[in-house]
Amino acid sequence: MRIVNTKEISDAVYKMALHAGVNITESCKEALTEACKNEDGAAEFALETILKNATVAVEKGIPVCQDTGMAVVILEIGQEVFLDGELLGDAVNDGVRRAYRDGYFRKSVCNPITRVNTGDNTPAVIHTEIVAGDKIKITYLPKGFGSENMSKLYMLKPAQGVEGIISAIVETVKSAGSRPCPPVYVGVGIGGSFDTCAYLAKKAITRDVGTKNPDGEIAKIEDEALKRINALNIGCQGFHGRTTAIGVSCEWAPTHIAGLPVAVNIQCHCVRCEKEII
Amino acid sequence: MIKLTLPLDKETVKSLKAGDSVLISGTIMTARDCAHKRIFEYIKEGKKLPFDLKDAIIYYAGPCPAKPGMASGSCGPTTSARMDSFAPALLDMGLGGMIGKGEMSGEVREAIKRNTCVYFAAIGGAGALYGNAIEKSECIAFADLLSEAVYKLEVVDFPAVVAYDCEGNSIY
Repeated sequence: MRIVNTKEISDAVYKMALHAGVNITESCKEALTEACKNEDGAAEFALETILKNATVAVEKGIPVCQDTGMAVVILEIGQEVFLDGELLGDAVNDGVRRAYRDGYFRKSVCNPITRVNTGDNTPAVIHTEIVAGDKIKITYLPKGFGSENMSKLYMLKPAQGVEGIISAIVETVKSAGSRPCPPVYVGVGIGGSFDTCAYLAKKAITRDVGTKNPDGEIAKIEDEALKRINALNIGCQGFHGRTTAIGVSCEWAPTHIAGLPVAVNIQCHCVRCEKEII
Repeated sequence: MIKLTLPLDKETVKSLKAGDSVLISGTIMTARDCAHKRIFEYIKEGKKLPFDLKDAIIYYAGPCPAKPGMASGSCGPTTSARMDSFAPALLDMGLGGMIGKGEMSGEVREAIKRNTCVYFAAIGGAGALYGNAIEKSECIAFADLLSEAVYKLEVVDFPAVVAYDCEGNSIY
């Protein structure tokens, strides 16, 4: 058994949140740089502005996007870990709270009915999984809502199969149009139940842009969906062009014999995601 | 690349075509979901607005707090479509135009044409670059709305693209 004080988790979340607010991931930057080479006109102008923005954010130490998001924290906790100290959720929220204050990040969390802001960007969305071992893997994803709002969940019929899945993914991106800040990164959850497939879709966008699912059949869905999305001619910011998405990532889980849930979670071009193991 | 200095006269507005890349300098003001709701409460109650809409450019944005030594925090555009139900009435009341991101409704496009106005698309997600282009920021109304309050911004070389021009053309 390994004892981990939750203060250590809080401090890790704090550092990850501060870094994530300012820096897009390397794989995202590479994909955007490639996309820029393939565009002209307003789409090229927009991609150049986006790449310039990533540089300015780091130089000035300010958020790459003003929507510093809801903090999504995935904790994969080894079964041999004993958590000591304050409650895990409180520790994570404390890390988020301090980062949003010290990073001069926007506080974007509010009561859904009264719309009164909580003032410190908490609570974070916290997912925990118990895994083998004595380590804790923390994945931190600040999720903006321009793109989150364009996400969809479909309860398909099993007979709709792979074609139905691909159509659902493409239709989600198509109906979103220019609104989610394309080029987007598309996370897809396939299977499970109503709730697990949404979670899988979220997990899918924590993968590096350009990576493929190790399951060949799933990877084929990723490739085909990306191809069809980029034929939509929505383009960067909706200004038309060849790049509407920089990637499609799918994660899957077994589902019920009567169902085929598919969740499509849209991430804007500011892919911000940190990973750390303690 | 077209350099624009605000306020825009109608001749300049008429010269802008959907798809033109522009750099905007001058005074704009932010307003997003909650501020629009408040503006319409004022209008409904017949109360005088704490700012002048005439020829003003509203920027659909809610900035991050400013770091010490900077005029503004990151401040990119938010999705304009959420303001679809508010924009036509404001354009009819004399608003000069808007800066935001993404498509807006057909009613908005009609109102832009009717009033010879313009809708610019700023580059969504480029918050740091826009924040850095703000030389002065002052909260002029609804301070209780925090990042959703109305801020008067002095901007220099704000990159944007003409999304809807006054002839009814659209880049989308």
